[in-house]
Formats: sequence, structure tokens, C-alpha cells
Amino acid sequence: MKKYKLLTRGELSFKVFALIFLTVITILAVLPFVLIFMASITDETWLAQHGYSFFPKKFSLNGYKYLINQAHTIGRSYLVSIGITTVGTAANLLLTTMFAYPLSRKDFKYRNLLSFILFFTMMFNGGIVPSYLVWTRLMHIKNTYFALLCPNLMMGAFNVLLVRNYYTTNVPPAIVESALLDGATEMQIFRKIMLPLSVPVNVTVGLFAGLAYWNDWTNALYYVDDPEFFGIQNMLMRIMQNITFLSSGQAGKVVDTSAMTIPSVGIRMALAVVGIIPILIAYPFLQKHLIKGVVVGAVKG
Amino acid sequence: MQTKKLRRHDLKKNLPLLLLTVPGLIYLIINNYLPMFGIFIAFKQMDYAKGLFGSPWCGLANFKFLFASNQAGIMIRNTVLYNLAFILLGTFFAVLIAILMSEIVQLGCSKFFQAGLVMPNLISMVIVSYIVYAFLSPENGLFNALIVSMGGEPISWYTEEKWWPLILIVTQIWKTAGYSSIVYIASISGIDPSLYEAARIDGAGKLQQIFRITLPQLKSIITIMLLMSCARIFASDFGLFYQVPQNSGALYNVTQTIDTYVYRGLMQNGDLGMSSAAGLFQSVLGFILVMTANYLVRKADNESALF
Repeated sequence: MKKYKLLTRGELSFKVFALIFLTVITILAVLPFVLIFMASITDETWLAQHGYSFFPKKFSLNGYKYLINQAHTIGRSYLVSIGITTVGTAANLLLTTMFAYPLSRKDFKYRNLLSFILFFTMMFNGGIVPSYLVWTRLMHIKNTYFALLCPNLMMGAFNVLLVRNYYTTNVPPAIVESALLDGATEMQIFRKIMLPLSVPVNVTVGLFAGLAYWNDWTNALYYVDDPEFFGIQNMLMRIMQNITFLSSGQAGKVVDTSAMTIPSVGIRMALAVVGIIPILIAYPFLQKHLIKGVVVGAVKG
Repeated sequence: MQTKKLRRHDLKKNLPLLLLTVPGLIYLIINNYLPMFGIFIAFKQMDYAKGLFGSPWCGLANFKFLFASNQAGIMIRNTVLYNLAFILLGTFFAVLIAILMSEIVQLGCSKFFQAGLVMPNLISMVIVSYIVYAFLSPENGLFNALIVSMGGEPISWYTEEKWWPLILIVTQIWKTAGYSSIVYIASISGIDPSLYEAARIDGAGKLQQIFRITLPQLKSIITIMLLMSCARIFASDFGLFYQVPQNSGALYNVTQTIDTYVYRGLMQNGDLGMSSAAGLFQSVLGFILVMTANYLVRKADNESALF
């Protein structure tokens, strides 16, 4: 409390200004979410007359009821998203940690070579066209679950560096040396010592990877057109595309999504809300780790 | 004999660690390195019947076609100008938020502000396109409802070019400013408090403290972040320019960037040659800029250099 006593009038009014300004922009940041939520519980006929509104006069939960009835398409795409996010995040954590740990070992002979191979991917890329051809012509992943899992998301140089730096700064080399002296094999050291020690940084990496998988729609856009493999983002994207094509009179170009009917205006927003909810639920628990990860990554990435 | 033994010992010692990196290495080869070798497509006259390797070479013809068309000028202009706007405004808002946030950090409510401000960055561009649609939909959008209720003419947002620079800039700043401020908040919290104490004893007001202490202390991190984003000035967020304008053809003039052009060439027009030429142009410029930026960062502050 002593601190506040010492504040001059100018400093105090600056604090008040900061508080007011931040309140206003935070409200501005959140309002769009409020709008789509309100739209999702607005009565359909009211909506058709008055449009999306922060203060609808008539409410209805028909949008959500419709989504529940569409369990075979919407529910399925939800399961696809959950499955892909889970498997993808696990694979990412495993690949990342396995690649990062040897790079943190100063006595590893190929450390510099492998570091360079990793770094170079951050500087140069072949671009979309060659990537597309490699994944479709060579790996033949089109319309498989691998299409959603593999391209771009499974391991990134940034995360590897995060984990490597964590090992170099937090794990003293003496631990490895004494374990080797005690006759442990490298695999045992990795499994029994290094993996458990890396939990804190892997929470952050898992968070980045999980968000990337949950939010991904580009892999679906390039590599998937069979509704069987549609995740929730992809479903949302195709519905929006169909709406646009229909309203622009290009019905002939409609993407083949015979499995879905085009939901009416209110239901679309219910769908969008459903796509955000998992993030909304998880976020309060993850905020701390997210912030930490961004800071560590920016300071030394 | 001696060296052979040594080498065997070497291999035995390093092999387990090397094995750990194999899955990641294979992934990098498929996902990153094979496409790098695939850039030769840009110099080929692609013919699906003859396949990738059978298609004839055409030298720089793809690039010549690309730059002879007015497409190249439009997409490069859009990519660079939007990025400049994002970088300047984005940095301004991120630093502003950070300064104000660190001002109220003792009050304990900064967590809530941060939660709200970071939230837009956690959702996909597809969801963002739904949110923008809720505002701009010609039939049901909030903006048109407001315009009509005030007696105006509804605007056909998705076909009118002139609004889109503003819409895209606002959307981008809304999505990223809170998230980018995290780095600056961390840097401000690292500033030595005795600097502020000394300034206050000398009678410096709050604004003076910000301009004489906070901003100069942030100078190096701001420089680094600016250099890093300038290195990506030829890259654009595909989702922002493809999903948010709903792929509307009427808007290509103000929404076409290198990334959307490459996508449309590859997936919609089947124009593989020009698409890959544009992609390679982007990659090479990106490479040069990253190397330059890193060189400059290294000169300014060796610790922060990427490599």
C-alpha cells in the first residue's frame, strides 16, 4: 500500500486512464464473440427481419437443436477434429522432444549438422506447389486422415528450439554423465529422465500444437474433399463457401457436400460458436502456459 | 587400427542419440526438403500427361508471363502495403497495450484484460470469417441493419472494393494486437525499477517516464520484432485474404496477395507454372530478407539473433 501513497496526481490520473482505455479495448475485442453468440440464440424469423443483433427481442435454441439432430454430420466432424487434435498433438510432442534432446547434448557429434538442417527450414521453403505435389503424388495422402495430420503441423523448428533451449538451460550435463556412469543406456536416460523433466515446456509445446491442429483448415482445403474426413473447421468453411456460391448465383460450382444441407442464417452462428467453445473452455487453464511460451519463444526462439 | 577403433567407439556413442532424431529427420525431409528440391517446377512447362519429370523445360518463361501480366503488380503491391500497415499499426497498438497493462499490473485485474485481448488470436480464420460475416452480411449483417435503421442505403460489402483495406486492417489488428503485446509486457517488467524511482525523485511526470525510460528501454526488442516482421513482408496470412473476403472475385483487386494467387493458380485455375513461379519468387525474396534481418539483428544485439 505504501506504493500508492507516493503516487503523484499525474501518475494517479494516468493509472485511471490506463484502466479506462484497457476496459474499452477489451470490450471491443470481446464484443464480436458476443455478437455471434447472441445471433446463435436469436429466433430465426426475427433474425430474417432484423438481422444479427446484440439485443435480439426473440430467442430460440433451434440452432443448437438442429446441430444435435445433425449428429451424423456435425457430430462426426466434431469427433474428427477431436481425434486429429489428440493424435496430432501427441505425435508432435514425441517428434519434437526426440529431435530436441540430442540437439541439447554438447557431446553429440552430429549436433551442429542437425541444428543446421532444422534451422534452414525456418529460412527457406519450397512453397505450396512443390509441397502439394510431394504430399499428393509421392505420399498419396489425399482423402486420408494423414492429410489432416501430416503436412506442416507435425513438427516445427520453433517448437524444437523451445524444447532444446529448455534442456540446455534447465538440465545440468552432470545428470546425464552420472546416469551414463551408472550404466544407463541413452534410451533409458531419454525415457526415464529427460521426458519427465521436460513436462513444463511440453505443456506449452502441446498447447501450441493442439491449437494449430484444432484451428487448421488449410490441410483440409488442399488435401481433403471427402466429407468422411471433414473436421469442424472444414465443415464451417464448406458451409460458408456454399452460401457464397449460392448467393452469388454460381450454383454450378458448389462444392460437392451432398451430405449436408445449407443451414439457415441463425444455425450458421450456432456452428461457429460450437467451433469456439473448446478453446473457450480450455483457455483459462492454459493462459499462463501460453503467455510463458510466447515470452520464452520471442526472447530466444 | 587406432582410428578405426576410435570411429567405432564414436559411432557406438552417438548412435542412440542419432536414432532419436531419425523420425523428426524423416519428417523434415518429406515436409520441408523434398519441396525445396521441387522448386524446379517453376522452370518447367507443366504437362500433366507427361508428368513432372517428362514436362519440357521452359527457362524463365513462367516468370516472364507472370510479370508481364498485371496480376503480379497487384498481388505484390497488396502483400507489401498490407504488411506495412499491419507492422506499423500492429506495433503501435501492441506497445500501447503493453505500456498501459504494465501500469495497472499491481491492481490484479490485468489477467482479465489479457484474456480478452488474446482471445481473438486463438480462433481460426474460418471462425473469424463467420464473425466478420455477422457484421457485413448483405442481408442480415449488423452494419447494414444499423445503416437501414438510420435511413441509409444498405452496402453490398462483399462486392465493394473500397471498404476492404479498412476491414482487413481492422480485422488483423483485432486478431493480433493483444497477442503481440505479450512480448512487450514481458520486456517492460524486466526494466530496472530504480530507473523509474530516480526519475520520480527528479520530478519526471508519467509521460516523461514513458518517453525517457520505457520506450528507450524497449528500443532493442521493438527493433528486433520490426526486423523480423519486415523479413516476412512478402508473406501473407492466406486465411485473412481468402476466408475473410469469402473468396469474392469482385474484391481480388484489393485482396489478392501472393499466397492467394498461388492457391488459386494451383487449386482453381490449374495454372501450375505461374503459380509455382510466384511461390518461388516469394520464397527467394523471403530467404534474402530473413538473412538480411538476421544479420542486422546480430549487429544490434548478438544474443537475439535467430542463428
